[in-house]
Amino acid sequence: MSTDARVMDVEISEDRHSEAMMINMGPQHPSTHGVLRLVLELDGEEVVRAQPVIGYLHRGKEKIGETLSWHQFIPYTDRLDYLAPLANNVAYAVAVEKLMGIDAPPRAQAIRVICAELARISAHLLGLGAYAMDLGAMTVFLWTFREREAIYTLVERICGARFTTSYTRIGGVERDLPDDFFTKCAQFVKEFPGRVDEYEGLLTTNKIWIERTQDIGIITKEQALQFALTGPNLRGSGIDYDCRKAHPYIGYEQYDFDVPVGSVGDCFDRYLVRVAEMRESARILEQVLDTIPDGPYLNRDGDEELKSVLPDKTKVLTNMESLIHQFMVATESINAPTGEVYFGAENPKGELGFFLRSKGELHADRLRIRAPSFCALQVIEEVLPGHLIADVMAILGSIDFVMGECDR
Amino acid sequence: MSLAVLTFADDPIFYLAANLAKIVVFTHIVLILSALSVLAERKVSAWMQDRLGPNRVGPGGILQPAADALKFFFKEDIVPGHVDKVLYILAPAIALMPALIVLAVIPYGPPLTVLGETIPMVIADLDIGILFVFAISSLGVYGIVLAGWASNSKYPMLGGVRASAQMISYEVMLGLSVVGIFMSTESLRLTDVITSQVDGTWFMFSQPIAFIIFVIAAFAETNRLPFDLPEAETELVAGYHTEYSSMKFAMFFIGEYTAMFVFSALVAVLFLGGWDIPFMSNADFEALGNWGTLLGFLSFFVKCLAFLFFYIWVRWTIPRFRFDQLMNLGWKVLMPIALVNVVLTGVVLGWLGS
Repeated sequence: MSTDARVMDVEISEDRHSEAMMINMGPQHPSTHGVLRLVLELDGEEVVRAQPVIGYLHRGKEKIGETLSWHQFIPYTDRLDYLAPLANNVAYAVAVEKLMGIDAPPRAQAIRVICAELARISAHLLGLGAYAMDLGAMTVFLWTFREREAIYTLVERICGARFTTSYTRIGGVERDLPDDFFTKCAQFVKEFPGRVDEYEGLLTTNKIWIERTQDIGIITKEQALQFALTGPNLRGSGIDYDCRKAHPYIGYEQYDFDVPVGSVGDCFDRYLVRVAEMRESARILEQVLDTIPDGPYLNRDGDEELKSVLPDKTKVLTNMESLIHQFMVATESINAPTGEVYFGAENPKGELGFFLRSKGELHADRLRIRAPSFCALQVIEEVLPGHLIADVMAILGSIDFVMGECDR
Repeated sequence: MSLAVLTFADDPIFYLAANLAKIVVFTHIVLILSALSVLAERKVSAWMQDRLGPNRVGPGGILQPAADALKFFFKEDIVPGHVDKVLYILAPAIALMPALIVLAVIPYGPPLTVLGETIPMVIADLDIGILFVFAISSLGVYGIVLAGWASNSKYPMLGGVRASAQMISYEVMLGLSVVGIFMSTESLRLTDVITSQVDGTWFMFSQPIAFIIFVIAAFAETNRLPFDLPEAETELVAGYHTEYSSMKFAMFFIGEYTAMFVFSALVAVLFLGGWDIPFMSNADFEALGNWGTLLGFLSFFVKCLAFLFFYIWVRWTIPRFRFDQLMNLGWKVLMPIALVNVVLTGVVLGWLGS
């Protein structure tokens, strides 16, 4: 659909005041992070109607997924929620494994937990920083970037890339963690709660921050359910649902962590939930680092028929069968059995779901992505009216969307 | 002081030369300080945020303001087609001028003696000192409102509307907060306010409520965080100066920082004793002669810079108020407190006097 067609869709309400002003917020506006466009109808500074216009970052990922082989789609998941590429990689890999009936070995599972939780911390840090910056507290933003830098350095140790990681493989991960990773990560996990205290010192008890966020942008439990919110936005509204607890995957059941839940569903609750989640993620990381098992990082057992996983490199160089196997996987891709699966992972923004339908081919017959930001953005049309322009920033910041995922 | 004026009248050329020199020197000091305070803003914020800040131009980035100014001159000066041209071009000038005019009545130090003549270190030592300051500085709001209006664009207009409401409201608190001071000094002349503090206590201590209200109102008047609503970047893009570019934008910028300096100077004059140094009396300053002037001059600028630092510190620490909260704070909280302060001062003065 062309952008112009969407512009025409934006109606002006019939009973508008004579002084109502239409204002275009975005797609190039400092606080509609990414390319969200909001068409606001204002009465003075009060929002009468708000309509989000999305699609400026649409790249047709779902359609691309129908032509690329299973492995080739992994780099495309990096660019969904581009603030947490590792978590996207994990979600996609687990979904494909579910389709193919493969299990990743325990060490790979633990590595994936590390990836998902580092990604969660990193994404929440940016969400918090941008949220605070939109309300004028610029320093928090730059402080969070200090920790994000540390996380990116760790991610660089994990897979060589900082941003576009493409780290998971079907049946495990691309390579094992380097030896020095564990001490560096443990160091980060140890220092991190103190850093969170610093952010909280600037915000949680700050009178202005509380006035700007408390009782602003209330999303009730009913609304949260109606609009299919997930993740911190849902939990901020007081509903205790977390995919990691509801249907544990990659071994989350082994770790002891709490799911923070808000009460009112206002911007302040969503802020508190995210801050608490960062602390819980650090707790999980601490446990994983202590208990990570030895063993293979990629599942190569019982793979004679499916030929879905790259063989061991030493075997490729010594064994004819393995060489052919390597050639097949690398050039022709892998077959998946016929069937369809849905898998939803608890990503930083909420439940990132992959629906895969396979007709036994080298690629998906249908690949559908359930993007949490897409669902979260629907609710703003409901929540914004009646608030002031300044509250729009608080609400957008607290909902913490990312357009790469929303537009797909 | 009146003696000095008489001497000047006897020698018009000396009078003219001395005043011209004062105008040139003080204006330049302040403008250079404003430019440097932009650098200070970036350096201090970098320091607070674990960054380096500008460090490429000159040693430690000291020449950054010059580079910025040069860049502004070379930028294309865009006048959008939809603006009201006359007001659009006039607005930046109106925003900058009041801040510069107010510099005329600020006493920078104790009188200087040159060739046997006593020259007061203030360009114009008006009897109505503070009233002149408020009268002129409230003109600054016209620059912002006209910029918002003449831009004929939505975000600037919202910024302009916010500015007019905000600055007019806080003008009231600003005026009310200092009433107590003039009740105790019995003069509106700024040099008298200082000399009374040199021998007595600083008004920061004897008028603490007034001090706090004045500081808050000063933040609001200069559109600094937490009250930077007219240009709230993340809400209104850049507020009233969204449509401005090149030197026109730079003039708003200089205007803002000059206004910051002016209000720092006013805080120093009204509440921090101006050129006073603790444990020195007016007689001490006179005894030291021109050295006293130099000491006072330095003391005054140290206080100004300290307050400028406070401005920057606050900006990088706390979030921004919402518009209605700002108005509530002004009218429902600060205004009654300021009035109570006036009454209290009157009662105390009456009690002391009787």
